[in-house]
Amino acid sequence: MAIEEVVPRVLDGAALRADFPVFERPTASGRPLAYLDSASSSQKPRAVIEAVADSYAHHYANVHRGIYELSVDADARFEGARRSLAAFIGAPSHREIVFVRNATEALNLIAYSWGRANCRPGDLIVSTQMEHHANLVPWQQLAAETGATLEYVRLTDDGRLDPDDLNGRLARGPRLVTVSHVSNALGTINPVAEIAGAARAAGAVVVLDAAQSVPHMPVDVAALGVDFAALSGHKMLGPSGIGALWGRRDLLDAMPPFLTGGSMIKRVTLEGTEWNDVPWKFEAGTPAIAEASGLAAAVDYLQGIGMDVVRAHERFLFERTWAALGEISGVRRLGPASADEHAGVISFVVEGIHPHDVATILDQHGVAVRAGHHCAQPVMQRYDLPATTRASFSVYNDLDDVERLVEGIRATQRVFGTA
Amino acid sequence: MDNLYRDFILEHYREPHNRGVLEPNDLHFADSNPTCGDEMTMTLRLDPAGERISDVAFEARGCAISQASASIMTDELRGMSLDEVRGMDPREVIGNLGVPIGPARVKCALLGYKVLQGAVIGAAAQWPDEAEVLDDAGSGGAAP
Repeated sequence: MAIEEVVPRVLDGAALRADFPVFERPTASGRPLAYLDSASSSQKPRAVIEAVADSYAHHYANVHRGIYELSVDADARFEGARRSLAAFIGAPSHREIVFVRNATEALNLIAYSWGRANCRPGDLIVSTQMEHHANLVPWQQLAAETGATLEYVRLTDDGRLDPDDLNGRLARGPRLVTVSHVSNALGTINPVAEIAGAARAAGAVVVLDAAQSVPHMPVDVAALGVDFAALSGHKMLGPSGIGALWGRRDLLDAMPPFLTGGSMIKRVTLEGTEWNDVPWKFEAGTPAIAEASGLAAAVDYLQGIGMDVVRAHERFLFERTWAALGEISGVRRLGPASADEHAGVISFVVEGIHPHDVATILDQHGVAVRAGHHCAQPVMQRYDLPATTRASFSVYNDLDDVERLVEGIRATQRVFGTA
Repeated sequence: MDNLYRDFILEHYREPHNRGVLEPNDLHFADSNPTCGDEMTMTLRLDPAGERISDVAFEARGCAISQASASIMTDELRGMSLDEVRGMDPREVIGNLGVPIGPARVKCALLGYKVLQGAVIGAAAQWPDEAEVLDDAGSGGAAP
C-alpha cells in the first residue's frame, strides 16, 4: 500500500485516554495498558461511569410507576435515553427502540417472537458463514423448532460475503435474511444497504447485527433499509447489561411478546392479559435503569467526537496496522485488504505460534488482545484455523498502541525462535 | 515475567513426546478447550489384563502450554493402572509443568488431563474447579 493513500490522523486518541480511568491502572508489565480488545467490550469514559453513579445517587426509583417526584424523574431519564439512542441510530421513532440486555438478547427476541409467529416448515432463513454465535444459534434453534431451513452465505478467501452465493439464495425467496454489519472475527464491513435492498425485493425481512458497527461508524437503520437491528451498550463505551433492539413499528406491533410479566401489560385478569404498547410490550420486569443513563452518556460522548471522526480515526489505525503486520514475516492477516471494507478489527495468525501464546506474550508487554475463535467458530472452520489473535480499536487507541502490538509480535517470534 | 515460556516448554511444543495416533487402540477420546476451540485426541493401549496403560499417543492443534502439558503428562502414563489415572490430581499436572499457570491458561494446562480422563471414563470429563486447582499451583501469567 502506498503511503500517500493513507488517510490522515483525525483524532488524538492518546489524549482521549485521560477521559477513561482504566488507563490509570498499572499493568504487571510496568507499562501503560494498550487496550486492543474493544470488539469484545469497550472501556468506559468517566462521563458514563458518573452518569450511572449519579442515577443511583440522585435519580433512582423504579420507572413506569410515576406517582411521586423521584419516580417521574427516573422515568424521564429512562425514556430520554430511549430517544437519545433512537436519534443516534436513525430510528424513525423512539417507540421502535426496545431496551434489552445486549445484542444477543435482541436477536433472540426476534427469533423467538417474530420467528416463531412467522416461520413455517420449508421456509428459508438465510444467515452467513461469518456470524457471531449470537446471530447464528438463535436461528438454528428457530429452524429446528419450526421446520424452516437455515442456510449460510459462503465467504470468499478474503473474508467477504460471496455475492453470487448470496444472490443465488435470495432468488429462492427467503423468509428472513440476517447479517452482521461488521464481522467481529474478520473485521469485514458488509454492504448492508445493497444486501437489504435485494433481500427485501425478494420478500425477506432483514435483520442486522449492528453490535460491531454502531460503536464505530455512523449507522442509520432507516437509510440502510433493514427491518430489525441489534446492538449492545457495553461495546459502545456504555455499561454492560443494556442493549437495544430496533424494529420497524408495524413489525413490532404485530409480534407477540417474548418475555412476559410486569410492565409489559395493560391489564391482567385471572382469565387473560392485554399487552402493553410497543416498545414496553417487550420490556418485562424492572429494566436496567441506571445503565440506560450510562448508555445515554455514551451516546453523548460519541456524538461529541462525531461518528464520522470515529470511523476516520479507526480507518487510519486499520491502515497503519494492516501495513505494519504485512511487514512482519510469518504473519497472515484475515479479512479484506481494503479499508473501505474493513473496520478497526484485525484478526491475524503468526506462523508456528498458537494465538493463545501470542496473546499471553502480548499481555506480558501490557498489550491486551483477544485470542480464540471470537464466538465465531464457523469462521475458523472456513479458514481451517483453530483460532486467531485479534486486535480491535476504539477512540482511545492510537499509533503507540499499534507500535506496541508490532513490537509484541516480534518479541513473541523471538521467544519461539521463529523470527 | 517471561518464564511461562521456558526452553523446556518450547522444546515440548516443537517436538511433543508421544505425538500421534495408536492404531489399533483400546481407548480413544477427543475433546476441546471451549475458550479457543483447540482439539486434542488421545489413544491408549492397555496391558493384556486391560488394567494398566501400556502405550499412549496424543494429537492436537494447540498452544505451547497445552502441548507441553500433554507431552509431559503422557510420559508418566505407561505402567499406570486405570484406577491410578482416575485418581490423578490435576494440581500435579499443572505442577509438573514447572511454570506459573494463571486463570487465563489453566484450561490449556489441563486439556490433556481432561482428554485422558474422558478416555478412561468413556465420556467427556468435567473441567476441574479452577479456584481449587490454582490454589496449590501458584498464580501468574494473568491479570490479578
